[in-house]
Amino acid sequence: MGATEVVVRPRVVSPFQASLRVALRRMQVVWVGIRHSRTAMVGLAILVLFIGMAVFAPWLAPYGPIDRVADTSNCVPNISCPLSPPSAQHPLGISEEGSDIYSQVIWGSQISLIVGIFSAMVASVLGTAVGLVSGYMGGWVDEVMMRFNDVVLSVPWLVLMIIVAARIGTIDLLGLILVIGLTGWSITARVIRAQVLSVKERLFVERARMIGSSRSHILLRHIFPNAFPLIFANTILTVAVSILSEAVLAFLGLSIYNTVSWGKVINQAIGGGALVIGGNVWWVIVPGLCLVFLVFGFYLFGFALDEILNPRLRRR
Amino acid sequence: MLLEVKDLVIEYTTQSGTVHAVDGVSFNLDEGEALGLAGESGCGKTTTALALMRLLPYNGRIVSGSILFRGRDLVKVSDTRIRKIRWKDISIIFQGAMNSLNPVRNIGQQIAEPIVLHEAVEEQEAMRRVGELLELVGINRERMRDYPHEFSGGMRQRVMIAMALACNPKLVIADEPVTALDVMIQAQILELLERLRKELHLSMILISHDLSVMAETCEKVAIMYGGKMMEIGTTVDVFTDAKHPYTQGLVAAFPDIRGPRTMPASIPGDVPSLINPPTGCVFHPRCKFAFDRCTTAEPALAEVTPGRQAACFLYPEVPEVVLRTETVAAR
Repeated sequence: MGATEVVVRPRVVSPFQASLRVALRRMQVVWVGIRHSRTAMVGLAILVLFIGMAVFAPWLAPYGPIDRVADTSNCVPNISCPLSPPSAQHPLGISEEGSDIYSQVIWGSQISLIVGIFSAMVASVLGTAVGLVSGYMGGWVDEVMMRFNDVVLSVPWLVLMIIVAARIGTIDLLGLILVIGLTGWSITARVIRAQVLSVKERLFVERARMIGSSRSHILLRHIFPNAFPLIFANTILTVAVSILSEAVLAFLGLSIYNTVSWGKVINQAIGGGALVIGGNVWWVIVPGLCLVFLVFGFYLFGFALDEILNPRLRRR
Repeated sequence: MLLEVKDLVIEYTTQSGTVHAVDGVSFNLDEGEALGLAGESGCGKTTTALALMRLLPYNGRIVSGSILFRGRDLVKVSDTRIRKIRWKDISIIFQGAMNSLNPVRNIGQQIAEPIVLHEAVEEQEAMRRVGELLELVGINRERMRDYPHEFSGGMRQRVMIAMALACNPKLVIADEPVTALDVMIQAQILELLERLRKELHLSMILISHDLSVMAETCEKVAIMYGGKMMEIGTTVDVFTDAKHPYTQGLVAAFPDIRGPRTMPASIPGDVPSLINPPTGCVFHPRCKFAFDRCTTAEPALAEVTPGRQAACFLYPEVPEVVLRTETVAAR
């Protein structure tokens, strides 16, 4: 003890550390917001459930996605033959091709999530970029981009998809993501552009211009953050829409050949007579409900998060 | 002499015609001096201020005249050059602090913006400067992480002032800095501006239509009307002994707190259209002293008593404006 000299050393913090700390603190704030929002928690619970299902599919599913569990030459009718109804061994029954439907539904969550999330990202990035540039630049740039957007919007993509599906029948994962992503950006672009048009007239944009900020700085630092909550909500919305698009495509027959998705299960169920009287209705109901709940989870979580992230909507 | 504005002519092109927003305005500003720019709405105050930073809207242009800032003509310098002068040499406190802040970025980031833009400094150094600036304007530096909606109107105006001071400018233009604030806050903000001006040895151009605001802060006032300079002089002189009939009317329109309770006098008539300004003196249609000469010839701004300039034919030494339109046409 005694009069020891107290040395106050300035804490050396690199800019990276500083920004990391800010980011962490912000994450904490968001997490507290999520904890206090029932909507967000319910949505998150649903998402965690399905993401868990997708991640742990290899352990949860008793069989592989396209494994044949039924041996047509030697099977017990209504238990292990193709088109068997639900039983203790096969909780959702067996498909026409002899696969365990319960396993297929579990494996299907992977494709729905991967395709949904990644094609939504493709669509959002594209749509946001087009919307921001088009809205901010205005003039002929806006004109050209929006007319091109009109062309994309006016293509009846479902009809196009049916034709494509009828022609090729199978597609790989990347192809599927690109097909859904590249056709799904135009509405996002329109929405973002509208927001940019309104934000860019605000006084703080004028102020930034007066300070001498470059166009890209104004666009990225002032307009983009103001449009971000909208972009975010839109992305979540697009995830939900993309999941449904994938299901629609698979239902129509355009699916990845070596795996299953919920849409493909439903497609096979219809083909297998699930909706005929006496058919295995669970074959349709379970993957259908999975789709509904996953989409619902994204909506709940997305809108709750929008409320939390948007400083103007934040409750004080 | 820090700033010397000479014969500045600014026009706006609009669908209904060319607006002669500023027509032959001249004034000077010394280092450390505060000049009040007063006049009714639409008389060219803000246009003049924006022109000083070459920030006119797209349909406005400087037709002729010069703006000498430390000997350099800001009308002629290149765009890259003026971008460097903006904020580093001349900055502006914006009209309407309520909307001049981005709601989704914290105020620290926004104050740091001009620093990062105009000076090659690390973000950390910029944030340290932001802290200093906030304390300078009387806000706790801890609040730099807060968002605009967490501040009151007066506090936001302080933030705008901090932003204007971010790059240590020589000249600050305050465009209606206290409009839309309540009287108590007005007084606080004006006091702050006054203190900062003394401490940082700033020159200031204060734009307002409120003469009482000028009286408190400015050494000199310039009275504008219809895009023209009517009178320039020291604040005390102009307010106690106005030379120009318009200034007299303006001063009379302010009630005297010590005087009898009477309705303040108003100047009859309306602000002239700047698309088709009246011939001769722009003020003659509303001037009770107007005589023949006022309707045909335009008075130039000239010294009428030592240290005081006015543009009015009531003073025999005031000359007529000659040839300006022709010099403009020749350009």
